[in-house]
Formats: sequence, C-alpha cells, structure tokens
Amino acid sequence: MSNYILEMNNISKIYGNGVVANSNVSFNLKKGEIHSLVGENGSGKTTLMKILFGMEAPSRGEIILNGKQVQFSDSKEAIKNGIGMVHQHFMLVESFSVAQNIVLGMEMKKRLFVNEEKSIQFTEALSKKYNLIVDPKEITKKLPVGVKQKVEILKALARGAEILILDEPTAVLAPQETEQLFKELMHLKAQGHTIVFISHKIPEIKLISDRITVIRSGKTVGTYNASDVSEKEISNFIMGCEMDISIKKNAHHYSTNKISVDHITYKDQEQVQLLKEINFGVKGGMIFGIAGVQGNGQVELIDMLTRRMPIQNGDISFNGQTIKEDTIAQIRKREVGYIPEDRLDQGVAVKESISDNMISNQIYSEDFCKHGLLNFKKISAFVNRNISDYEIRCMGQTQPIGMLSGGNMQKVVVARECENNPQILIAEQPTRGVDIGAAHIIHKKIIELRDQGCAVLLVSADLNEILKLSDVIAVMYEGEIVAYYDHTEGLNEEQLGIHMLGIERHTPEQIAKAVNRDE
Amino acid sequence: MNREKSFNIIRTLFSMVAAILVAFIIIVMVSKNPFESIQIFLLKPLTSKRYIGNIIEAAIPLIFSGLSISLLFRTGLFNLGGEGVFYFSGIIGSILAIWLKLPPILLPLACFTASAIAGTAVMLVPGILRAKYNANEMVTSLMMNSIVLGIGSYILNNILRDPSVANLVSYKYNSDALLPVILKGTRVHAGFLIALLCAALVYVYIYKTRSGYEIRVTGTNPKFAQYSGINVTKVIIMVHVLAGAIAGVGGMVECLGLHRRFEWTGLPGYGFDGCMIAMLANNNPFGVVGASLFVGYLRVGADLVNRSADVPTEMIAILQSLIILLISAEKLLKKYRQRWIEKDVKEVNHEVAS
Repeated sequence: MSNYILEMNNISKIYGNGVVANSNVSFNLKKGEIHSLVGENGSGKTTLMKILFGMEAPSRGEIILNGKQVQFSDSKEAIKNGIGMVHQHFMLVESFSVAQNIVLGMEMKKRLFVNEEKSIQFTEALSKKYNLIVDPKEITKKLPVGVKQKVEILKALARGAEILILDEPTAVLAPQETEQLFKELMHLKAQGHTIVFISHKIPEIKLISDRITVIRSGKTVGTYNASDVSEKEISNFIMGCEMDISIKKNAHHYSTNKISVDHITYKDQEQVQLLKEINFGVKGGMIFGIAGVQGNGQVELIDMLTRRMPIQNGDISFNGQTIKEDTIAQIRKREVGYIPEDRLDQGVAVKESISDNMISNQIYSEDFCKHGLLNFKKISAFVNRNISDYEIRCMGQTQPIGMLSGGNMQKVVVARECENNPQILIAEQPTRGVDIGAAHIIHKKIIELRDQGCAVLLVSADLNEILKLSDVIAVMYEGEIVAYYDHTEGLNEEQLGIHMLGIERHTPEQIAKAVNRDE
Repeated sequence: MNREKSFNIIRTLFSMVAAILVAFIIIVMVSKNPFESIQIFLLKPLTSKRYIGNIIEAAIPLIFSGLSISLLFRTGLFNLGGEGVFYFSGIIGSILAIWLKLPPILLPLACFTASAIAGTAVMLVPGILRAKYNANEMVTSLMMNSIVLGIGSYILNNILRDPSVANLVSYKYNSDALLPVILKGTRVHAGFLIALLCAALVYVYIYKTRSGYEIRVTGTNPKFAQYSGINVTKVIIMVHVLAGAIAGVGGMVECLGLHRRFEWTGLPGYGFDGCMIAMLANNNPFGVVGASLFVGYLRVGADLVNRSADVPTEMIAILQSLIILLISAEKLLKKYRQRWIEKDVKEVNHEVAS
C-alpha cells in the first residue's frame, strides 16, 4: 500500500475550445503535509484542482483517495469525501452573517426554523478549535479580505474537509496578512489536515511547504522536498529555463501634467463612502502606481477615469480639459488607452477574430476606416505587425481570440491599447493571470510608452509589479490615498504593506505631493 | 475554416437529416404506401422545372425574413417582430401599388421604399424601447405584432377593400407595380434577384463595414463594445432600422410577386419562419439563402405528398419545429465534438513534436 492519502495519476484535461490544460499530470498527497502546487499562471494548476474538487471532469486519468479509486461528478461529492476548496474569488453570500455563511446548506434546525443561536455557537467552537478567529455575527460584506478568507476556510472545515485546497490565497493579501495566514495553516497542519497550497510566489512556497510539485504548460515537471531545492531552482523548474526577467528602466523625463484628479469623492447607493478626497496627478513620462488590497476604491476610481461611472463629486481632467461630460467614445478620442482588469468581461469579444479584437478602439480613425468601409489592407498589416512584436502565439489573425491562452489574449488587449500612440494609459492589473513570458513583454511595452512621454496610471494588487514599473507610488486604503512616495528607491513590499493595511499613514503634506502640479 | 464553424455546419446538417428521418417515420405511420410517399416527398420536388420554381418561390420571403432576423440575432436581440412587419409593410406598400401612377420600374421602387419605411417604423418601437429603456424586445415585438395586425385590418377593411369581391381582399394592384416572372414556365419573379442582392449587401455590410463591425462586436460582447467606445444604444437602433427595412421590402416583394391584390387577412407567418432560417444559417447571409431553399424544398415536398398521396401537410410543421429544437440544443453532439477536438489537439502536438 502506498503511504499517500491521495493520488492523481496521469490526469489529462482538454477543454471544449481545444485548450489542453493538463496532459499526463500526476500529483499526490501525504497525510498532514502542506504541499505546494506551483507554476506560472495558466500552467494548469487551477484546472488540476478543479478536477480534484469535482468541478471539472478529467478527460483521462484516475484519482485514488485513501486507496480507493473515486470519480466525483460534482463538488458535493468531493466535499462528502473530505475535500474542501477555497477559491481565488470567494464564494460567500455577502449579505449573510459569518455564522450563516458557515452553516449554509447544513443549517441547524429548531422545528421548522433555522436555529441561529446554535449556528453561532457552532461557529464559535469551530473558530476556537482551529484558531481562526472570526466574529460569527458580523455581516460578511463588511469584513476585510483576510477575514473573508478565514470564513472560507472555516466553511470548508465545517463540512469535514481533511484535504484543503487553497487557490492563490495570498494574491489578495498584504504581506502582514500573509504571515498571519501561514501561522494559521501551520496550526491546521498540526491538527492533521492536509493542505494544497497553490501559488506562484516562490519565497512563500519555500517558506510554507513540505513538498512542492511544479507544473509547466500542463505537464508535471516533478515533485520535490521543499528543503532540497533552492528558490532559484524552483524558479528554473517553473520557467523551464533560466530567464532574465529583470527590466531595464531609463531615468524618467517628466513633461506636463496629463491626468489630474481633483477632490474626487464617491458614495454608493447605500451611502457607503467608497472614495474620499482623492487628489493626484500624473505627468507625461511618468508611471504612477496605485497599490492597495483589492476592494479599497480602486475599481470605482478607474470606472470614473474611464467614464463608465458618473463623476459624483470633484473633477477629473485629461490634458487640462475636464472629462466630466464625456462619453466613453469621447474619452477614446482623447487618446486614452485602457487595459481592463477582467479581459473576458470587457477586454475582448471571444467569438470574434484576433484582428477584430485588435482594432476595436481604432475603427473611427481615418486610417482604418474610410467612408464606413474597413480598410483591410492596413488593418491586416497592423495586426500582423503586433502579432510578431508581441509574440502572440496563434494560427493567424482570423483565429477567434477565445481559442488563445490567457497570456496571448492579454497581449492582444495590450497591443490594442498601446499601439495607437496613447497620451494616457490606464492599466488595471495588466498581467493578472498571464504567464511570466507574457508579463515580461507587457511590462516592456508599458515602459516603452512611458519613455515616449505617455502618462501611465498603473493599478495593481501585485506589489512586485508596482515596484518594478512605477516612478511614483500611492497607496489606497478604504477609499483614500494614505501614502505617497515620489521615488521608489529603497522601497519594499513590507513598507507598502504597512500602508495597505492602514497601519501607518503619511502626513497630509506628503500625500498632497501626489498632485504633481506643473510648476 | 476553423473547428467551431465546421462543427456548427455538421450539427446543422445532422439536424436536417434527423428531421427528414422523423418525416419518414411519420409517413410510414400514416401512409398506406409509405415508400411511394417518401419517394414523392424527397425526389418529386426536384423532377420538374415547375416544382423547382415552386421551391424558389417559397424561398423568396424566407430569405428576406431570415436576413432581417439574422441581423437581430447577431446583435443578441431576440426580436420576433418580423411577422408584423411583413404584414404591415405589405399593406402600406399596397396603398401605393393600387393608386399611385408611375412608370413601370419606378412604381415598384416607390412601393418598396414605402414598405421599407413602414417596416422600419414598426421595428423602431421595440428598438427604441430596448435601447433607451431596456425593455425586453421579445415581449414588445410580439405586442407590436398584435397592434399592427389591428391597424392593418382596419386599413384593409375600410380603405383598401374591394367591395365587388366576396373575399376580404384589396382592389387590384396597378399592373405596372407587379414584379415580372424571370423564369418561363414558373412563377419565380424578380423578387428572387432582389433577395439575392439583399443577401450580398447584408454580407458586405456585416463583414466589410464599420457599422457591421459594431454590430458583430456588440452581439458577442456588449460590454466590450461599450468599453471600446462603440455607442451600443445607436447600434441597437440601427439594427432595428435595417431589420425593419429588409423585412418590409420582403413583405412587399411577396405581395407584388405572387399576388394581384393584398390578400393576407392575418399574420402571414414569415416572421417566425425567419427565426428558423436565421438559426439554420447560423446568422450567415449566404447561409440564409441556402436554408431558405432547403425549407422551401421541404414545403414543396410536403405539398406534393399531400396532394398525390395520403400524408397531411401538417407534417411539415412538425418537421420544422423539430429542426429548430435540434439546432438550438447547443450541447447536441457534444461528446462527438469533444472527441474530435481531442484528436485535433493530438495531431497538432504530434506535428510540433516531429
């Protein structure tokens, strides 16, 4: 008998659009270990775990749990068999209390009614047992991300999860919160739970794991004891070669102020203040980074900048002209590029061709469209040039974009937004969910634009990205700018983390520097 | 051609064949001479010039309504108003065809213009309601069908009705308005050429123009369209205008091509046929022509079986509904598709490896 509680042997998964997510992947778990599953974004980690959790059916391969071959037709069965998963995007009912979320679907009854009292007791006991401290009565919506994550973990444990899958749990956390999470995970491990930890941050992986399985483009590279491999080695396994991903950045040459945000405040329909007195400016030739844990007002701010939401209070101007009355089309005419956070939601039309997806913001230009007729000769030359410049791996420009991998799809989006000489670029998580190679190209292009004098506003939850690209950095916390650095030398993730959690604030005078007014 | 497209074609063909097989089963059940009936159903429509003419003749209105509906479907709008547009624009155009005095070619053109405007006006109601107030176009277009039927009946009864005839029909059209027969020995009229021209224009419009691009993008992902600076409200209204104009011309073509008077006393049914055609054609303009001819063929076959054997024409309604059911079942043949894709992927990998 093997000493594994779980074995996944030769798993293959081919999606309906022809994407091979896994091919002959093998993965196993020993009881009571923390096992990291690492690989670039899009390498097939999440798919493998979705198969284990019953969300996807494998095209081939077997799963052996506690010595018995199993086949889950849905997550319910996986849960019954002691597997729990915390997704990257939380699956909580926001308007419910913590206790209600935890007992959802297994409510304790008092005759016909739900026994709230008992749910709360149950949650408290569970919370104590695992040392994951939450307030059972608090409404979930009001909780910070880190606590929501605890609720998710508790939810899985409440359903008897022996094997707990955490999909990129640290992506949404500040460094200090990550530290806290790791303590809690060690505690869970001590109580005999087995944890699958999915991540692509190498230092974390090295720190927390007992063993590591590396996946590269859908195939297993190998499984290693964490103590036997160095960070450098892990990184090479992930990428398949030694790759220089450092980026050369020339000294900055700021020109005039191109984006200026004045006294922006915003209250949502429930009168919750989501933005408070936001003031900042971005000059030509500057990359202005906005760091912050997701959900601290960044989305609302960007929605206003791109005119998808009315400006309630205050003003925003591009090149000195207010955009308050603009439509999205008018914003586009002001030579603004915008890389959206969620490419599938608004960045592409998946059924249309690569070519169609690369020109959507230029169909009103004389170049591509005269007298209402599209100029295919020029379009095709433009698209082909970008396909080779951005190294977009595809079968040609007429291929539907939905068939590309996430990284290549994102390259199409970035090419579209960057290659029509924008004066202003708003980049929202430009490399989320793309592989390192694609991220590298995207970063290079953003810096190229800055060197050409474009004003770049970069909003990202990835601190590494923020530090690597930005000339100046502001940190947002609860709808406010709480810190501003007019240079990035000597700045590190921990320092930004302190601001991201609202622990430390800069003085109003320091924050006021973010305005970057022309002298 | 990419995999997705070829798969769609295979699925469509599969649905057609499956529908014909069901027709066989029905024929076997009700007919005393099943083999002879099947033969008549399948082969007889193709045996003479006259029957082939009948097929084309039946296809003409289907092409118009198919084109109209496919534009709407492509934009993600489920509008069933083609029905009312066909009827109403036919009536409005008929007014000109009866009383207007113009030379031969100009008169039908005037009628088409009037019917196109009438069709546009009818379609604009659900279009504007959708674009401005987000009212569900399916509901509003169905309501519009009833409304225009009411208005049309009123006009027919009180203005156009020829009292010297027992049936409820209009006065005779001015003979200069009628469309000429283009194929001797059949009733195939110039409307067929207009239909083909329309299909070609729609094709160019959809794939070669900016406005068509806006429609395609809005149809696949309206959020993306909006984000790119496309005025989605404008696109929705534009599509309704075009769909209304095409269906409007279609209504008039049918009246001037086949009839001597306005004869519809109820909704003619072409609007719903258009939905089936658009689905069969996967919203492709040339596909619409093919699908219309196919449905025309089925109808002529059914008609012949009905006349020369003992199978009722109602069978054809069952057939058509079945085709729609099969085509709209997106997951039909899913297993086959998955296997196909896996094989495809393996081949690609093999090529890369070698």
